[in-house]
Amino acid sequence: MTEHLKMDKVQPRLLDETGQGVISTPMPRPEGPLKVSGRATYAAEWKAENMAQGFMVRAGIPKGSYKIDADSVKDMPGFLGVYSDHMVRNSAQGTMNTNPVQLEHEIQYLGQPIAVVVAETFEQARHIAESLKVDYTRDDDVAGDFDAVTDWKEGSSQDQGDLDDAIAKAAFAVDSTYTTPPHNSAAMEPHAALASWDGDKVTVRASLQMLGYNRNEIADSLGIDAANVRLLSPYVGGGFGSKLGIDPASVSAAVASRHLGRPVRVVLHRNNVFEMINLRTQTRQRVRLAADSNGKMTAVGHENWQTNLPDEPFAEPVDTATHFLYGGENRRYGQYTAVLNRSASGSVRAPGEAVGMLALENAVDELAEVAGIDPVEFRLRNIPDTHPENGNAYSSRSLAQCLEEGAEKFGWSQRKSPKERREGEWFIGMGVASAARTNILMESKARVTLNPDGTALVETDMTDIGTGTYAILGQIAAEMLGLPTDKVTVELGDTDLPTASGSGGSWGASSSGSSVFLGAKAIRAKIADRLGCSPEELRLQDGVATGGNNRRPLTELLEGPISEEGHIEPGDQDVAQAGFGAHFAEVAVNSVTGEVRVRRMLASMAAGRILNAKTAQSQVWGGQIWGIGSALTEEIQHDRRTGHIVNNDLAEYHVPVNLDVPDLQVHFVDERDDYANPIQSKGIGELGLSGAGAAVTNAIYNACGVRVYDYPATPDKIFPHL
Amino acid sequence: MKPFDYVRAASHGDAHDNAARIIAGGTNLLDLMKHQIETPTKLVDVTRLDMTEIEEAENSVRIGALVSNSDLAADPLIRERYGVLSRALLAGASGQLRNKATTGGNLLQRTRCPYFYDTTQPCNKREPGSGCMAMEGQNRILAILGTSDKCIATHPSDMAVAMRVLDARVEIEKPDGQIQLLTLDELYRLPGDTPHEETALEPGDLIVAVHLPDAPKGKHVYRKVRDRSSYAFALVSVGAVVHTDGGKITDAALAFGGLGPRPWRDTEVEQTLIGEAPSEALFEKAADILLADAKGYGGNDFKIPLTRRVLKSVLGELTGATQ
Ligand SMILES: Cc1cc2nc3c(=O)[nH]c(=O)nc-3n(C[C@H](O)[C@H](O)[C@H](O)COP(=O)(O)OP(=O)(O)OC[C@H]3O[C@@H](n4cnc5c(N)ncnc54)[C@H](O)[C@@H]3O)c2cc1C
Ligand code: SF4
Repeated sequence: MTEHLKMDKVQPRLLDETGQGVISTPMPRPEGPLKVSGRATYAAEWKAENMAQGFMVRAGIPKGSYKIDADSVKDMPGFLGVYSDHMVRNSAQGTMNTNPVQLEHEIQYLGQPIAVVVAETFEQARHIAESLKVDYTRDDDVAGDFDAVTDWKEGSSQDQGDLDDAIAKAAFAVDSTYTTPPHNSAAMEPHAALASWDGDKVTVRASLQMLGYNRNEIADSLGIDAANVRLLSPYVGGGFGSKLGIDPASVSAAVASRHLGRPVRVVLHRNNVFEMINLRTQTRQRVRLAADSNGKMTAVGHENWQTNLPDEPFAEPVDTATHFLYGGENRRYGQYTAVLNRSASGSVRAPGEAVGMLALENAVDELAEVAGIDPVEFRLRNIPDTHPENGNAYSSRSLAQCLEEGAEKFGWSQRKSPKERREGEWFIGMGVASAARTNILMESKARVTLNPDGTALVETDMTDIGTGTYAILGQIAAEMLGLPTDKVTVELGDTDLPTASGSGGSWGASSSGSSVFLGAKAIRAKIADRLGCSPEELRLQDGVATGGNNRRPLTELLEGPISEEGHIEPGDQDVAQAGFGAHFAEVAVNSVTGEVRVRRMLASMAAGRILNAKTAQSQVWGGQIWGIGSALTEEIQHDRRTGHIVNNDLAEYHVPVNLDVPDLQVHFVDERDDYANPIQSKGIGELGLSGAGAAVTNAIYNACGVRVYDYPATPDKIFPHL
Repeated sequence: MKPFDYVRAASHGDAHDNAARIIAGGTNLLDLMKHQIETPTKLVDVTRLDMTEIEEAENSVRIGALVSNSDLAADPLIRERYGVLSRALLAGASGQLRNKATTGGNLLQRTRCPYFYDTTQPCNKREPGSGCMAMEGQNRILAILGTSDKCIATHPSDMAVAMRVLDARVEIEKPDGQIQLLTLDELYRLPGDTPHEETALEPGDLIVAVHLPDAPKGKHVYRKVRDRSSYAFALVSVGAVVHTDGGKITDAALAFGGLGPRPWRDTEVEQTLIGEAPSEALFEKAADILLADAKGYGGNDFKIPLTRRVLKSVLGELTGATQ
């Protein structure tokens, strides 16, 4: 049976009534010991009998066409084949559900996958790939430079009131342009796949975030029926958007395996991950804001410029949070896109807010300063009553509380003016930024089975990309079924199981969690029925059911397993729904060199019901660390002439290292969002990042009086102004 | 990676193999081989040879070529007498890399120029005569001193900067058993027209040790400016030992990393300082001399003013003359 819910009306808070008491606790991840002892097997670690090994061949020119000269390598030791049919140009966009662009013999960026070489061993495959002769026909008309683009194409735009007039008449206004560089997801586990065919059915062990979509994407890329594709991704070593859509490794492994009639494994080299997997676009953003003499905002303008490859159906939704975070009657948005011969752009953690809020929250800081109002106070004054564009109410919004409680805990009152606080060569400063990230519910299914021995099983093709899905789905089932968490087993990452939302857009926990909740709720109804009470009267705790005047252990009550499928779907509701919060940072800026060290950060977050205090905190920590990276160090550098990525490894693409990460504090404001889903939770993985970097750059300004408009804030952009 | 033969040297004789490349920690060579930037057909692993000691001799210390960067940094004698070296080592790479990296390998590590690392790109160092993509490309981390119109790569080592301050000599054993002692300026060549010829070493040569004479008098500082707090190469670094007496600078030894194709030392800078009372004007003058021939290539222009600032700050710290 299926318990189905279309979320178009508010649901009761059942999880506040249940008695097991495991929901929201900081339960450790059940699969943690497997991971730290190497027993959780990741895609690249699987072996199959008679397995051959593939290595990707990257395009050596940025534009033109190519011909593979297979004869040039066919006598090399171990050579099995070189294939370029069905080759995907880059990874698929999130929720694409169809094949990504597939080109025949055409090259659109340097580093594009153009073939896969297969050999008996990995070393042989790599050597052959590096020795393979490719005949290129170059097209010298290469567009590699963002700053040189002149033919911007106008995309979506929106106007309300009269922005120019409001700015002209305002007591205070800012008009600032910020640039953010491309970012790489830099997940620890590189993309990998092991494919094997059985007749016309292919099984692919891969590292992917959204198996329901990914199955269709692979089938479409290969030209086969999705029913013939099985995907397995029980463990994913980080995704951050880079594994939303299928990657060249999974398609190439399947293609090569079909040609050879042997299982084939393809693991992307780190350089391939940088080049072939969609990265976050570079952006230019112009933010115009105005306020009246009371510091009330009257105008908000946010325009952005960004690039992609041809025919790529994605644009970074840079202004998402700008629409609903602050008030002001006069508003303007615009998006301008262009095509470059550079690696494709796509979703990287918190697409939109991650970079949009760097600019917005810097500009708000600038406006607070010209208005002479404390930046926390300024933000508090500008929280709108209802959505400033459509008048909708907010489903839940604890922004004010996050700002106030965060400021209190952080010691915001100790903040001084720029250059006022100094320790030796170092200027010390504090910064704040609001956090906001749209909340989304996606269709998701799960099967929950309660066994007569008092154990339960949760099954769904949902993924755990390091976020804690195994933990929270087990907690939800245990809480609903009244079982200790160690009695619940969770099985994930297999397309033979009910189709889930997948992990992306911070919707995973709420969407797949709701499906588990619904499945378990249906089981509760059956137990109530057997006990002879109403579901409302039923109490389940430690394997014992109580209701009416009855009290019986589940082991007695159940004759056989009860299996129910939960199915959640988004519904229509006229509310504005998002997670909110506030980030605080204290930094030290070296007055000689311009080096910045973050000394401490505090995130004050509200995301509805927190399902697991530990995994939620880890998500926010991760967000804060991304904030540090995007503020200070992370930058994909392209050569202007060729458009290729010059720092395509983790030595030169600088993610924060341990020493860059100081004391990180996380404070959760208790909240329930009744409109979000039946478990009243909201996404947290991306909320923790949205705004974090702006708190750091605002702190840099407060420390030393230098505003960096061109991210990241490396020493060379600061010291010349000191 | 190209298939190669591997032998483990049991004696120095085995290591003097004209046809082979020496491998020590492998932290640089293996990366280069995987990308087929270097394609030796034979590797001779020297890590079992007797070059692992740090020995004290009269007026000097002899560091075996196989002493790991971690061990060298932690050695009590080095920490006590050659603080600049210990600090430079600890400012480099990561704990894991320092455990593997050797003294000899560190000296011979190759540039981090991004075009050198990508075999689809022209690079005079990797493929003589093919051109230099860095000159008008992404050159933020590249050199401003000692460059040529063929190559603007830097030598990326931190350790070598400290050794240059300390007047280290590299002990090289020739295939015929002869010993050669080279200063770092003699070991490292400037690029000129032949950026692929990086050192004075000849095929079959084995670095067996590095000799440090008694440390110069004074306080030791190693200051490294980098894009993140650890695990990043120097944008600019300064190794310095300076002594003051009676209000005057009496001794000064300074070398710079991140600026040139070898650890950069300019004795004229030191001569300007010695015998003078520390002052802002004096430090400016020292910086003027150091940077007189500095040339930026766009992305790395900032290194010129940054070096001036760091030099002045380090001198201020060492002489007690506050900035
Ligand atoms: C990600 C990363 C970050 C790094 N960051 C830094 C940094 O911040 N600062 C820094 O200074 N360094 C840094 N390094 C470089 C590191 O210090 C060097 O890779 C290391 O010192 C090389 O030593 P090795 O013993 O591993 O050399 P190998 O890789 O074994 O050899 C390097 C070269 O030396 C030759 N060689 C080795 N021993 C001898 C010998 N006895 N006689 C003759 N020839 C010999 C080899 O033939 C080879 O050409 C970094 C490296 C990496 C990978
Ligand atoms: S600077 Fe030197 S190493 Fe870099 S591309 Fe030019 S020649 Fe090659």
